[in-house]
Amino acid sequence: MGKFSTKRGKATPAISTASLPDIIFILLFFFMVATVMRETTLKVKVLVPKATELQKLEKKSLTSYIYIGEPTPNYAKTLGTAPRIQLNDQFATPQDIIQFVENERVKVDDRLVPFMTFSMRVDKEVKMGIVSDVKQELRKANALKLNYSATPRTEVY
Amino acid sequence: MDNEINASSMADIAFLLLIFFLVTTTMDIDKGLLTKLPPMPEDDTEIIDAPINARNTWPILVNARDQLLVKGELMSIEELKRKTKEFLSNNGRDPKLSDNPDKAVVSLKNDRGTSYDMYIQVQNEVKAAYNELREEESQKKFGKNYEDLNKDQQKKIRKLYPMKISEAEPENTGNS
Repeated sequence: MGKFSTKRGKATPAISTASLPDIIFILLFFFMVATVMRETTLKVKVLVPKATELQKLEKKSLTSYIYIGEPTPNYAKTLGTAPRIQLNDQFATPQDIIQFVENERVKVDDRLVPFMTFSMRVDKEVKMGIVSDVKQELRKANALKLNYSATPRTEVY
Repeated sequence: MDNEINASSMADIAFLLLIFFLVTTTMDIDKGLLTKLPPMPEDDTEIIDAPINARNTWPILVNARDQLLVKGELMSIEELKRKTKEFLSNNGRDPKLSDNPDKAVVSLKNDRGTSYDMYIQVQNEVKAAYNELREEESQKKFGKNYEDLNKDQQKKIRKLYPMKISEAEPENTGNS
């Protein structure tokens, strides 16, 4: 009868966790590859509109962002709630756009300049006045490829 | 003797790194409506108003209250796509609508007080009208989805339905 009792009484061996770091590292690499670093902290509230006819932006490195929206509560205390433009990390006026475009152009290869896209991330509550001012400045700076950032919508009119 | 280095904290280190990346990065791929702005006119060029037959224009006006006026008629955003398609694919049948898609021009004009959301919705619906027409044409001609066509075929379809959207500078009339 002693045949079966040999294993009894012994605690189950601990599960080996030696491979756990490897699993986590795989996850880590996945995230490193699949995501991009957040370059700017948003100082304006941006909730982009929804649309159906969306196109993907091909080249992330050739895209520069222009944010327009109400300042976040921190800044609203001093700046009020009128919509503001944010370029890189600071608030800006439409007059700063031309300089901004020049700065962005310096960053990329000369041959790629014609493919640069400016992506407007504009809050849906914003009125068109300020948006048209920005568009006008972009035309002056000869930056004509423009993207209106939006999120997908499923229901169709 | 047990000389193995204790690796149990490795997982924690990796977790910390992982959480750091989760916090500092964004996943969202940017999507949106791609457009091309018209170049700024040179100072010395004269602006010549090319005569466009009234039937070939499709003026869409949006006021500061986000209401649409299309060719003199009040219209809701829900109808815009269908009506725009009718206008574009008229091919001379209705004397009020376009001669052919090649001549047809959609003209947008908004107020400085129009909301950005409405502006995007109008752009979206006009684009949707063109995309649907191209899709239908592609099904008729090649029996395939527009997206599955090769470059030359897509070009052919695009030539049949060129996206001609002109935007006027916004007016300031409303309470903006």
